[in-house]
Amino acid sequence: MSLQQFINEAISPWMKEEGPDSDIVMSSRIRLARNFSHYPFPLIASEELLDEVMTFFEKEFKHQSFRDYEDFEIIKMSELQPIEKRVLVEKHLISPHLAEKPDHSGTLISQNEQVSIMINEEDHIRIQLYFPGFQLDKALEQASQLDDWLEEKVDYAFDEKRGYLTACPTNVGTGMRASVMMHLPALAITQQINRMTPAINQLGLVVRGIYGEGSEAVGNIFQISNQITLGKSEQDIVEDLHSVVKQLIDQERRAREALLNRSGIQLEDRIFRSYGVLKNSRIIESKEAARCLSDLRLGIDLGMIDHIPQTILNELMILTQPGFLQQYAKATLNPEERDIRRASLIRERLQLENED
Amino acid sequence: MECQECQKRKATVHLTQVVNGQKTEVHVCEQCAKDKGYMSYGEENYSLNDLLSGLFHSESPSPFSSQKAQSYQQASQLKCPTCGMTYQEFARIGKFGCADCYQTFDDRINPILRRVHSGNTRHDGKIPKREGGNLHLKREIDDYKSQLKQLIEQEEFEQAANIRDKIRTLESQLHQGEGGE
Repeated sequence: MSLQQFINEAISPWMKEEGPDSDIVMSSRIRLARNFSHYPFPLIASEELLDEVMTFFEKEFKHQSFRDYEDFEIIKMSELQPIEKRVLVEKHLISPHLAEKPDHSGTLISQNEQVSIMINEEDHIRIQLYFPGFQLDKALEQASQLDDWLEEKVDYAFDEKRGYLTACPTNVGTGMRASVMMHLPALAITQQINRMTPAINQLGLVVRGIYGEGSEAVGNIFQISNQITLGKSEQDIVEDLHSVVKQLIDQERRAREALLNRSGIQLEDRIFRSYGVLKNSRIIESKEAARCLSDLRLGIDLGMIDHIPQTILNELMILTQPGFLQQYAKATLNPEERDIRRASLIRERLQLENED
Repeated sequence: MECQECQKRKATVHLTQVVNGQKTEVHVCEQCAKDKGYMSYGEENYSLNDLLSGLFHSESPSPFSSQKAQSYQQASQLKCPTCGMTYQEFARIGKFGCADCYQTFDDRINPILRRVHSGNTRHDGKIPKREGGNLHLKREIDDYKSQLKQLIEQEEFEQAANIRDKIRTLESQLHQGEGGE
């Protein structure tokens, strides 16, 4: 299979679209946790009951469509190879937690891969909906409608006082986690993001790097999400998140401008060096790749590099992860082999742009 | 010992695998253990769990207050009639066993919820269409009541009377609904 073909199949269709503010916001996501009222939660439910839940979803929702989300396919964890699971995790279609569960769990994925409904994760149902760019309101509206669509057939565990009941007390109430994935290179280079994080935390929101461990944000990609799910309405939570993200966008734009004014040539040097590394390296570790991709993307956003599409960061951050590299190679690779594969995949990908 | 997968790093993960009755030993480094699926890669969840169950345990009183100790004793004997989860188990894993656990441990969970949700203990968001029952109606009445209070404070009595009538209509709907069941 050619690289172009592989990419076309690997990258979810919605990811190729540009959304509002997509120079900074990569994607918006709403996740709703729901449970059946009359089954124990997956953690302690018997295998028979878990199977019943899976069978129910297969019977009621397989190949069903709801509006733009057509032809839901059911994917059972028990039928997947470890690499296939890993690929789904890397695409953010399933959680690492679901991938660990060998049996009686799965997911329903819409054809456009915008919606994934995880079954028997920590909760019976986890509805996940993605939009490209900054579109939280739209994501919430659509997620809520999907939720109503499921509720036509599912008796939800709901309590007047506590709201939607979930296995973990951190999700009870709305059961909602709204999150936004942002590329904040200028705030990271100037270390402003570290100063802003405590203030954001005080608003009940969390900032964390999605790639990398601990506080480190590999590729300068951050996820901002709500921590609180109880005592506030979905709209209020999304509004709070929205206003913080809006401010982060403004700050990032300002920081980019300041960087360009104050140290334009240094920034240009950094960007083109990274571009050089990506174009020429023969062995590249994921951290270095992420750092260079972030620089390249910044160069594209600032108009220094104009023949490469913005979506290259989203695309290559996913494709250069271990699962995808191994799927493309159709083989299990050790870390060193992966670094070689990663370098050649990036080189090939950049070459595609030069051919056009 | 070096990692048998990459033969580069030190093996820090040692496992015994039994496949079809055949026993094999595996010695790999942490990186390979994750990559080859020997180890789970969702450690983040665990730290959150640990943190949470830490919160529950801090509910346990000091040994000096005997009254509190007694109530703690009672709480730890609580057991969910539906799924059989005890309060102790819940405190250990930080997760509920089923929807009814919320009722069973109702008296005990407010402090936990307050800590996790910035002082909140009551839901104020979406109500499901079917399972929500007449909660939509109740929510609407509550909204009107707070409006009413405001109008009275502002001495807008004419508008207040309108709102009061609306509340009465809704309340009679609510009672009819309940009486009909």
